[in-house]
Amino acid sequence: MIEARDRQLLEHIQLGLPVCSRPYAEIGQLCDMPETEVIERLTRLKQQGLIKRMGVIVKHRQLGYRANAMIVWNVPDNLIKQLGGHISRFSFVTLCYQRPKQPEWPYNLYCMIHGKDKSTVLSQLEQLIDACGLSGFDQEILFSNRCFKQRGAIYQRAAHADVRATLVAQQPETAHIVGD
Amino acid sequence: MLTTLHKQLLNDYQHNFPLSARPYQDIADALDVTEADVLSALTELNDNNFISRIGPVIPPNHIGVSALVAMSVPEQQLQTVADKISAYPEVNHNYEREHRFNLWFVVIASDTEHLCTVIDAIEQETSYKAMQLPMLDDFFIDLGFKLDLNND
Repeated sequence: MIEARDRQLLEHIQLGLPVCSRPYAEIGQLCDMPETEVIERLTRLKQQGLIKRMGVIVKHRQLGYRANAMIVWNVPDNLIKQLGGHISRFSFVTLCYQRPKQPEWPYNLYCMIHGKDKSTVLSQLEQLIDACGLSGFDQEILFSNRCFKQRGAIYQRAAHADVRATLVAQQPETAHIVGD
Repeated sequence: MLTTLHKQLLNDYQHNFPLSARPYQDIADALDVTEADVLSALTELNDNNFISRIGPVIPPNHIGVSALVAMSVPEQQLQTVADKISAYPEVNHNYEREHRFNLWFVVIASDTEHLCTVIDAIEQETSYKAMQLPMLDDFFIDLGFKLDLNND
């Protein structure tokens, strides 16, 4: 797991890097850490993969990407890593996960495609199915409709009053994908 | 209207954002503009709701735990149930999808016990069954998303 100081830093920075000349110094002030330590810790967290990426988080819907499909397949467990790895290589795929099957839900492989419209997404899906050899597996496509709430994955502690207060005050976003 | 600078910031800095004392100055140098240009362009993108923030994407289940949850809710009650669920600070995505399971949300909590407490509370409050689909493996290497902004 992650050490306490890293966690404290991530709790502050995940709410957004300030747009100002010395943003890491500002984050440092919030968690009582010098600017150099903030930068060193973030660099290491990125190398370790605890930060998957660091950068601008775009809102797809506002930028014209209005169609979002979650596609699920029922594939044999022994093929899932290989298929997941293959699916992930397509630039239009924005997430790819394994999840457990449930009695009412026999699917274990998930991917997400964001596109400008449904027909684009469907043709990208067709391309994906052909290239990855997914046509023989049970599949469902779930397009998103209304967005009730969306914001970045914000990790919080149950008893972290300050962070919670900030979170509640945050505007829900309308489209942004993160690892769930 | 998106300027060239807006488009560059949207597409080229979704990953590998500079980890240096003056990151916006570094971006400005790379794009041959001033730091002030970069700061104001990012503020505009933010004000126009085109970006949610600049920050880290943390892989699931490294800090805290999360689960995707699906519910099947009658259409006429969907908005009410969705609003109840969105009110939980632990819920960060909440979408309608076109399916019998029509409500999909993600719960993030500090640990498994906290996660179960939240999901139990949601089931109690809404009286609908929550189908839990925690992530078992993540195959995706997140390098951001290539936006085609040519028609804007």
